[in-house]
Amino acid sequence: MSFISYLKDGISLGSIYAIIALGYTMVYGIAKMLNFAHGDVIMVGAFVILTAVTKANMSPILAIILSVVICTAAGVVIEAVAYRPLRKASSNLAVLITAIGVSYLLQNLALLIFGADAKSFVPVINVPSLVLFGGQLTVKGVTIVTILVCIVIMVGLQLFVKKTKPGRAMQAVSEDRDAAQLMGVNVNATISLTFAIGSGLAAIAGLLLCSAYPTLTPYTGAMPGIKAFVAAVFGGIGSIPGAMVGGILLGVIEIFSKAYISSQVADAIVFAVLIVVLLVKPSGLFGKNIQEKV
Amino acid sequence: MKKTVNKTTKNNFITYGMVIAIFAVVQILSSTGNLSRLLTGLLVPICVYTIASLSLNLVVGYSGELSLGHAGFMCVGAYSSAVFSHVTSDLIPSVPRLILAILVGAVVAAVFGVLIGIPVLRLRGDYLAIVTLAFGEIIKNLINILYVGVDDKGLHVATSAANLKLDPGGKQIIKGALGVSGTSTLYKDIKDYFFLIGVILILIVLFVIQNLVNSRSGRAITSTRDNRIAAESIGINVTKNKLLAFTISAAIAGVAGVLYAHNLSMLKVSIFDYNMSITILVYVILGGMGNLRGSILATIVLYALPELLRGFSTYRMLIYAIVMIAMMLFNWAPAARDFRSRIVEKIKGHGKEKEAA
Repeated sequence: MSFISYLKDGISLGSIYAIIALGYTMVYGIAKMLNFAHGDVIMVGAFVILTAVTKANMSPILAIILSVVICTAAGVVIEAVAYRPLRKASSNLAVLITAIGVSYLLQNLALLIFGADAKSFVPVINVPSLVLFGGQLTVKGVTIVTILVCIVIMVGLQLFVKKTKPGRAMQAVSEDRDAAQLMGVNVNATISLTFAIGSGLAAIAGLLLCSAYPTLTPYTGAMPGIKAFVAAVFGGIGSIPGAMVGGILLGVIEIFSKAYISSQVADAIVFAVLIVVLLVKPSGLFGKNIQEKV
Repeated sequence: MKKTVNKTTKNNFITYGMVIAIFAVVQILSSTGNLSRLLTGLLVPICVYTIASLSLNLVVGYSGELSLGHAGFMCVGAYSSAVFSHVTSDLIPSVPRLILAILVGAVVAAVFGVLIGIPVLRLRGDYLAIVTLAFGEIIKNLINILYVGVDDKGLHVATSAANLKLDPGGKQIIKGALGVSGTSTLYKDIKDYFFLIGVILILIVLFVIQNLVNSRSGRAITSTRDNRIAAESIGINVTKNKLLAFTISAAIAGVAGVLYAHNLSMLKVSIFDYNMSITILVYVILGGMGNLRGSILATIVLYALPELLRGFSTYRMLIYAIVMIAMMLFNWAPAARDFRSRIVEKIKGHGKEKEAA
């Protein structure tokens, strides 16, 4: 029974990674950049909810909506101010380093506003626990919500990208930016939209992450952000189903190594898995292998 | 024929001269008692970070690959040399012991550089960055559970204190997350010269990097950075040259780690995290990628300034972040580059008009 319990924890953590990984993978697929600040948008989202609920006495639903709106806006603004001017830069290290700068900026703004000490997150999701097998297995409400939300987001996003006009514009931009522009796709707007969706999802991921692990510091987003990127790379960056599979596999691996090997080396195992995957299949599980041309 | 000094040689000597001049100024200040205790305490860490940023500059500036795991190499160098110093503390006098410790740190870090470099350098750009980050975290994680002790039978390595099974009289050197303690007390007699040693190490590192960069291999490395495909097409072995740069950089980072470890009485692995790698990266970028003098100056200014402005320390990282973004935009955005070249043209244009008039 403990195996199933760990598996459930792993899938729940993995679902959160998957939602964060989606933000990475979409941005990478379309803007060809690694948005290092993505993890910190999660932290921003969580702080917005915490402040809205505890300081402004908002209802949880309103607070969540507010958080999604603020994160979406933040994502669009960050893209327009920090990343867009560098899109045609000769070095692609430039935009990566700018992204690290943005990540620092968000962390230190939060540090100034909220302080360095850990805050305990308010229980926003109030769903009763599910008791299975005559009390042998209890599934927390948060876990159920997390997994359901993850599935809904995956299906919704996949439909959006495949069936709607803006979604197909995204595919076109990711395929060939110049050709898409010639065909009348507004590239800047499409990239902004991608950042908006990714950052909105980050807000939801922040909510789920802090509901499952209820401590919040300015650095809360950094490690899950890095691991979610690992998940995105694992699944094949640029691929939406890849992000889902990669995220869940990574969550399960992490929880299992914590449970059966050692909690201290769990991170090392997660990163080692990434390295092995990249060595065997440099484009990830679902990734496309693109040959570089002159 | 007139004897002329080669331009690169001249340039190299300006860099050495700058380091020596800074050292002389600091020595004069300190001997006249104008250096506060706080500043004196900063001197060796500044040397450590200077060496680290020079090392990272070799990878980021000359090889064009982003390494986010350089703290990992420092960590390896620091721990291996600390173990060496503890084991040989009764056998070798302190000066040759320190020299050997530095070599041990450099060699161990170089071995890790090769081991990590071979798989990592198959990847490019962002993937390479994230994998170096992953390796840095793995090294940190593994050393965190590493216990090393020594007794009459030799070295014992285990993952917990109980498993070390030391004989009575043996001593623990690495105590997991608690790290290594008392390394600096092994060098009490030469502790006052650590700054001098740091400066000498900086000069040696500069010598190595400048000669490498201006050598045939160095040109191959920079040509790969500028255009990988073109470099490959004229027969440059890209992987070999990148690995060379990566390994030398790792060894130098290891040296920085050695100096760091031996200057402290408590060495903990938690310091060698992702943020340390990023801090070094900030020094390299603000100093200018591929500019060694810039790295040195940026490290000195950026390391000393926040420590001196302790009162503003809450804002210092915020200012860092903003400066970092602004610098990148100003240096790399095509629009900013156009703007800059237009201004330069304007100034030049004015100069010409004046000449004509």
